[in-house]
Amino acid sequence: MASVLCPDFAPPGFSFENHQRNAFLVKKGFPAPKATKTGTTIVGAVFRDGVVLGADTRATEDTIVATKNCQKIHYMAPNMYCCGAGTAADTEFTTASISSQLELHRLNTGRVVPVVTANMMLRQMLFRYQGHIGAALILGGVDNSGPHLYQIYPHGSSDDLPYCTMGSGSLGAMAVFESRWKPNMSEEEAKLLVRDAVAAGVFNDLASGNNIDLCVLRKGTVDLLRPYEVANVKGQRINTYKYKKGTTVVLKQKVVPIVVEDEVVRKVPGPDGEESMDTS
Amino acid sequence: MSIMEYNGGCVLAMMGKDCVGIATDLRFGVQGMTVAYNYEKVFDVGPQLYIGLPGLATDTETVLQRLKLRVNLYELKEGRKLQPAVLTSMVANMLYERRFGPYFVEPVIAGWDSKKNKPYLSTMDLIGCITETDEFALAGTCSEQMYGMSEALWQPDLNADELFESISQAMMNAFDRDAVSGMGAIVHIIEKDKVTTRKIKTRMD
Repeated sequence: MASVLCPDFAPPGFSFENHQRNAFLVKKGFPAPKATKTGTTIVGAVFRDGVVLGADTRATEDTIVATKNCQKIHYMAPNMYCCGAGTAADTEFTTASISSQLELHRLNTGRVVPVVTANMMLRQMLFRYQGHIGAALILGGVDNSGPHLYQIYPHGSSDDLPYCTMGSGSLGAMAVFESRWKPNMSEEEAKLLVRDAVAAGVFNDLASGNNIDLCVLRKGTVDLLRPYEVANVKGQRINTYKYKKGTTVVLKQKVVPIVVEDEVVRKVPGPDGEESMDTS
Repeated sequence: MSIMEYNGGCVLAMMGKDCVGIATDLRFGVQGMTVAYNYEKVFDVGPQLYIGLPGLATDTETVLQRLKLRVNLYELKEGRKLQPAVLTSMVANMLYERRFGPYFVEPVIAGWDSKKNKPYLSTMDLIGCITETDEFALAGTCSEQMYGMSEALWQPDLNADELFESISQAMMNAFDRDAVSGMGAIVHIIEKDKVTTRKIKTRMD
């Protein structure tokens, strides 16, 4: 397919083509702009028959709240979810990339992927990038050997723990865990504890806030509760600031109609459809 | 001064009821000096699909050209038009590929999702962290002002005419408090059956 006129995409991996220019700009007194950070409280705790993960939903660009309801609990595999703190894009793309590898692994082996496999893949990738990928993760899941919870640092170290917290609100959240976590909790107890831990981050750390999301992983079932709780309910607005039609002066206007002249719907049978795939 | 403020400019998009609008200012400058006032930062990628690329102007144009290559290849290969969500992940992947040497643009994508039959709005930071929203999305030098204006002027279920007024006024009043953006604006309102593009009258100082 590739030709001179229509080249294939660049080889996989990061591209450093702009690096020299950007370094030059820094030298000229134009510092590199900051990327969106999660500014987060993420937590996880093991209970009797599973794991509960929790996260707030605020993303910040310096002191500005960039997103009020972002999802920090990322899907990894049917039996695994992962909370991400740090540089928002890094947590997003790291978990997505490992998630895709896990699905291939599951299809290759035909078994439930062990959580330790995902842990290994994540830490090996993060270690390879020597901490430059700013993703601090809490990986939770249930496999054939029971519930597991891993804390993974951006430099690639990891811990297997019964409860853990990460992000800028981790100190407040850990205080809650240290005083109240105990082994063999019931699911309801664990959910409440995790909620309280995230709430400690939401109310004491300025970079964490808005809603509280939870994810309960049991053997065979997963509940993603989003939002589990709206920590700060917004008041009802009693008036509106609508401008009267014609307030804004229009200098020029162009309307392009979208005309559908013909529509063809071709039904593609699914895997259970009457037409089976030609495998001859 | 950050490199994101070198040329100035801003983009604001808002979701309405069965419509979505995206607006851009028209200033192109080099730090304090205004060079042109016909520089749009919102571009059409399809008949009902728009992308705003405020930031460093050289990167606005480079990203747009590289994106057009990928969009054209996608449409040739797949034999169908691009959906807004596909464009969003395409741009995000392109930006994250340059995680350690980024383009200095913050894209905003607005369009009509013809599969779900509803409007679509998303934004991302300069290394491709996507935020999909059904409220408003913005980027550029006067983002703080635009956040304030949009938080007050946006409300759910605005119709196309109300949406136009809200976007225009939010944007105009925001960039009047910013020295490096303004100088006219263009507002696109995307609906199921039409796209209305208006050039609006603003302060020219």
